[in-house]
Amino acid sequence: MTMDSSTLTHNVSSLGASAIELRNVTKRFLTPSGQVYTAIRDITFSVAPGEFCAVVGPTGCGKSTTLGLIAGLERPSEGSVQVMGKPVQGIDPRIGYVFQTDAVLPWRNVLRNVATGPLFRSQPKAESLKRAHEWIARVGLTGFEDRYPHQLSGGMRKRVALAQTFINEPQILLMDEPFSALDVQTRTLMEDELLQLWSSHLASVVFVTHDLEEAISLADRVCVLTAGPGTVKGIYSIDLPRPRKVEEIRFDPRFVQLYQQIWEDLREEVMISYERTKQRV
Amino acid sequence: MSALSNESDNIGIAPESTGVSAAIAARRRRRIVVNSLRILLLVVIIGGWQLFTSVGIIDPFFWGQPSGIWKQLVTWVTQGTAQGPLWEQIAVTLEEAVLGFVIGVVLGITFGVVLGRNRFLADVLGPYIKALNSIPRVTLAPLFAIGLGLGSQSKVALAIVLVFFIVFFNAFQGVREVDRNLLANARILGASQRQLTTQVIIPSALTWIIASLHTSFSFALVGAVVGEYVGAIQGIGLMIQTAGSNFNANGVFAAMFILAVVALLSEALITALENRLLRWRPTPVGDVTI
Repeated sequence: MTMDSSTLTHNVSSLGASAIELRNVTKRFLTPSGQVYTAIRDITFSVAPGEFCAVVGPTGCGKSTTLGLIAGLERPSEGSVQVMGKPVQGIDPRIGYVFQTDAVLPWRNVLRNVATGPLFRSQPKAESLKRAHEWIARVGLTGFEDRYPHQLSGGMRKRVALAQTFINEPQILLMDEPFSALDVQTRTLMEDELLQLWSSHLASVVFVTHDLEEAISLADRVCVLTAGPGTVKGIYSIDLPRPRKVEEIRFDPRFVQLYQQIWEDLREEVMISYERTKQRV
Repeated sequence: MSALSNESDNIGIAPESTGVSAAIAARRRRRIVVNSLRILLLVVIIGGWQLFTSVGIIDPFFWGQPSGIWKQLVTWVTQGTAQGPLWEQIAVTLEEAVLGFVIGVVLGITFGVVLGRNRFLADVLGPYIKALNSIPRVTLAPLFAIGLGLGSQSKVALAIVLVFFIVFFNAFQGVREVDRNLLANARILGASQRQLTTQVIIPSALTWIIASLHTSFSFALVGAVVGEYVGAIQGIGLMIQTAGSNFNANGVFAAMFILAVVALLSEALITALENRLLRWRPTPVGDVTI
């Protein structure tokens, strides 16, 4: 939280210490039938402090597995995963994770859901609730404090999830296709809100998505993974100026140029992945 | 329901409001028809029973008679039963059932959560629990009567055994079905193992557990009544047993009637508890009630 704003510049990879570092990471799973399934193979990439890094790749390329390794939910089969210069051992309290599907607690109202993190971390109840109120206001849900998740729209539930994660002030923010279930308009709004929250917060972000447009408009760097078992195919710096407006930046000539360039790379992998699904059917 | 009331807010628009009032009228008509048919059905069955027994087509000695059942109920209420006042019999049975229910539920949830959380323990104990569950457990009644005597203990024990397995299997399944994302999210937000159990897994499994409470309370009642039937000093089960051995069919039916009232009242209490604990659930679509 104490990083100065110069870390926000785009080419941050030159900075010494990285917030997240994966070195030759491979993850294999044992399937129920006893076969070995390799989810990711020999992945190496790093994220600088305060950097927004998007990971794109075809379905089943191990994007979520990668996030699980950084979060400490899973351990790598080979290679090393480091967060803030130390190997990951269990769940790091400095990490926040926004899931693809709804993961807010359905039996807690909005206020309680947002206060979940501080309460789990044994902070005083009054203070936790006070901070929850502040975060509810920041994500624009004031007046909905006593609603239960099922009474909210998908976009509002996502806001609850964001507030629930941001209240813990994570230095590392992992996002697993967080907006993929939203309609296009809500999605653009949420992307803008995320950029705003992030710029006032300076966390290192790994944002997994299958949507290249989303990746380019949000990130400082885009990392393209190959079809499963995933490995890094290419890393692109996105030199679009900030602050960005997601709905406008898509028409920037540089954006279009970058999109075409990265899509060349991504398309091959998408085709490979698609051919495989066809064979399986 | 809600769709209709929303529409009635726009009552200024003429064609819609006529449509709405027609729909409301149709709904009211339907409710009247359903309720009248329900009453008619009751009258036909009870009346038919009374009629056939009084003209002698059915022998009231073996099959009872509504008027006889009513007379028996009045006698019990005004003069008490052979074992003492009626309310005392109800209280004894209810106490045994409630005690057995509570202990069985607590044990069932505890074991269900522990085994649901611990795969290894579940794998080791699994076959034995399945084997125990396959035994028809009411057959334990004589064993409990021998071991624990004719007092309420043997009935409570039988009720516990009957309740335990139902709640256990539901709690176990409920714990197994907890959304993995929900668990991962809670862990990353900072939940300890203890908090994970008490604040994520149990609330999540509660939907399953509460569903099992409906069946398990009636089983607790079965446990108490069967226990009393096998050997007791007081209780509704004993009343049934006494009436049965005296060839008093009306007495058996009257006791059954009392049990049904007790079961329905407790069912209403459990439903109230369910609505209180599961407030956060979306209300089911449609307005079909049984």
